[in-house]
Amino acid sequence: MEWKRFGFIAFIIVALFSIVVLIGQARDPIPTIIISMAATTISVATPLTLGALSGVFSERAGVVNIGIEGMMLTSAFFGWFGAIYFNTILKFEAMPSLILGVVIAVLAGALMGLLHAALSITFKVDQVIGGTVINILAIGITGFFNRQLFFEKNSIFGGNVPHAPGTLPSVGQVPFLANVPILSNLQPIAILAIVLVFISTFVLFRTRWGLRTRAVGEHPRAADTVGINVSFMRYVNVIISGCLAGLAGAYFTLESVPSFEPLMTNGRGFISLAAMIFGNWTPLGAWAASLVFGAAQALQINLQFYRELIPPSLSLLQYPYIVGLTPYILTMLILTGIIGRTVSPAADGQPYEK
Amino acid sequence: MYIKDAPVILSAEAITKQFPGVLANDKVNFDLRKGEVHTLLGENGAGKSTLMNVLYGLYKPDSGHIHIDGKPVTFTSPKDAIANGIGMVHQHFMLIPVFTVAENIMLGSETTRNGVLDIRAVSKQVRELSHTYGLDVDPDALVQDLPVGIQQRVEIVKALYRKANILILDEPTAVLTPQEADDLFQIIRRLTEQGVSIVFISHKLKEVLAISDRVTVMRTGKVVGTTTPQEVNEAKLAAMMVGREVILKVDKKPAKPGEPVLSVSDFSVMDSRGVEVVKKISFEVRSGEVLGIAGIQGNGQTELAEALTGLRKVHGGRVILNDKESTGRPPRQLIENGLGHVPEDRQRHGLVLPFAIADNMMLCTYYQEPFAQKGVLQNQAIDANSRKLIEQFDVRTPSPYVSAGKLSGGNQQKVIVARELSRPIRLLVANQPTRGLDVGSIEYIHHEIIDMRDKGIGVLLISAELDEIMALSDRIAVMFRGEIVATLPAAEANREQLGLLMAGATHK
Repeated sequence: MEWKRFGFIAFIIVALFSIVVLIGQARDPIPTIIISMAATTISVATPLTLGALSGVFSERAGVVNIGIEGMMLTSAFFGWFGAIYFNTILKFEAMPSLILGVVIAVLAGALMGLLHAALSITFKVDQVIGGTVINILAIGITGFFNRQLFFEKNSIFGGNVPHAPGTLPSVGQVPFLANVPILSNLQPIAILAIVLVFISTFVLFRTRWGLRTRAVGEHPRAADTVGINVSFMRYVNVIISGCLAGLAGAYFTLESVPSFEPLMTNGRGFISLAAMIFGNWTPLGAWAASLVFGAAQALQINLQFYRELIPPSLSLLQYPYIVGLTPYILTMLILTGIIGRTVSPAADGQPYEK
Repeated sequence: MYIKDAPVILSAEAITKQFPGVLANDKVNFDLRKGEVHTLLGENGAGKSTLMNVLYGLYKPDSGHIHIDGKPVTFTSPKDAIANGIGMVHQHFMLIPVFTVAENIMLGSETTRNGVLDIRAVSKQVRELSHTYGLDVDPDALVQDLPVGIQQRVEIVKALYRKANILILDEPTAVLTPQEADDLFQIIRRLTEQGVSIVFISHKLKEVLAISDRVTVMRTGKVVGTTTPQEVNEAKLAAMMVGREVILKVDKKPAKPGEPVLSVSDFSVMDSRGVEVVKKISFEVRSGEVLGIAGIQGNGQTELAEALTGLRKVHGGRVILNDKESTGRPPRQLIENGLGHVPEDRQRHGLVLPFAIADNMMLCTYYQEPFAQKGVLQNQAIDANSRKLIEQFDVRTPSPYVSAGKLSGGNQQKVIVARELSRPIRLLVANQPTRGLDVGSIEYIHHEIIDMRDKGIGVLLISAELDEIMALSDRIAVMFRGEIVATLPAAEANREQLGLLMAGATHK
């Protein structure tokens, strides 16, 4: 990634952190504030990081995926439902239920990925339309099942919203990690997301699979002429994309809060795409961009602790909704390209015709 | 020659391939001997590419057999062809611009160590191949940074890396300068000395005679015959290819240049990325002359033509068209000032493909009488205009209401030429007017251009085909990296000198 872009990211993160430090130092020691901001940033950046990775795999293979939002939402619901089902109906312990919930979320994402792959690769539907269909479908499916499964009298839970098995615990519970700052505050999916950033970088740029993936996204005919199965490569990568979006979905209901709300992904899938673009379709770049959005959200969260310390001259910061606009304003700023243009894979969004 | 006795290593018998509405290959026979250059010659649509795609496993033939070293084979994908030692260099290179040379070469046949791509091993192998065959390429360079001639070498190395001993070269010289083409011919000779057999596809007669051991001519899906360069000449080959006598030389009287109709001074244009690609150039086109702009594609000609015709922003300088200030004016005003334009990409910029021929033939002046009165289109006038032009310009179509997209390339170009030349123009800007056309259509378009010149119109001809520039122009300007490096009278120009200028040699 170019220095300009990297410098911009560092600058924004430092600026956002500084605001909180300047306001909060009257009450808390500075290191405490920084550690708290850092942990919140990484945690709330998790679905964005995973969503951006999801986009990277799909688009590097040449399939535009604007359905990440819907994939996340679907997975968030079914992961949550799975965890409750194992916990209340099958009487599993909380921890195994949550882990199985994550597995179900990832599988739900994979199915949505398969649907998107079939639409855009086999049926050559316009990929933006296909993604939109998935987003709308996700709202319908999750809304419908949410009502049917949890609020109908004759449902398996008998019309009472069952007690959820909680959320995935932070890794500070593991004895030898308990005292590591920042890390001890993080939960498993947040850590997994960071590990996946590095795995994705390795896979895309150092392995045969990655070379072929990038080849079908840049020039599918060239790949075809050397015997690479373009459809197969695209299918698998879009399904990988679905799995990553599924893991992001699991974050919402199994790691962040122990509940499901309709539309709870709240545009994170789209911000992920902005992060992917700003990161120039690389996993590391996408992660860095996700952290910017994460920091903007962390600002909103952490400022609420210090609300009464905000000086009158900065009274605008007292309104959480105004501060909450920061990630969206940043998204627009970044997408205008004033911080440098990015180059998408050359065949991104184009169906391959033999 | 010893080639005659060399064993046949590839033979295709009675290959038939039907596409909806077209019999692309009709019982085609073709064989290739070890170490020979066997040319496949034919016009566009003659079936050459179909046959090669069958031999490379991209198409499955409806009937017919392929034998390699006497053994029957069937290919279901290029993978099978590659495994049988067939390599293909496509006309449009199958290289990924953002990958390195080594990555492109290994793609599909990667070497890995513990699951990690072994770039170093591939680079080493590429260097060895480069050395053996005299194909100098840097494995670590990005393909997008390489000139076209070198990219073609990468394609050849890519085939050799896959142990190809049969190389199919699809119109390999179409994108090369004369010097690069000479280099390619040397490479081909070295390859054949090493026992590689070459299928050479082309429609350029001169080079076919120069490089081939045998020539097979195809026309409308059938093989017309197989011959050797010793037995034929250009005229005979052209006649075999087209099916009738063709006049290859353009007959023209000496030009009678008059007043300048276009004068351009200190003209600068940027490309879409904001890079200055036309750098302060100045020239004049007089009435009754053809000024040819020679140059390898991508040296600013496209942007020059677009800026002159109002399709691209002018960055600096001045344009006077027909004595009127025309710098940066919109296309309509330029058209009204007497500009005719045959654009480079006829399908994207010359025609509205889904529109009927009749509508395409009045696209520049649809708002004027007689085509429109008080803002309402006059169908009778449009119909009469199109019928007149279809006859006059010999457009082969069942009706004026066929959509332009359904016509062959040659007929599409005739529609554009008819539209532009039927208006009272003073200057014609023709950019690559015959690209991709068959010999018959080229002959026709060339004749029309010279005709217009003789009627006193100034012609600015931009072409990457040196033969075309030399045949039509009265003066030749050579463009290199956005500058006009030389302007010379056509009578004094020769191929070698122009070729060197196009490649950047300075004019003495």
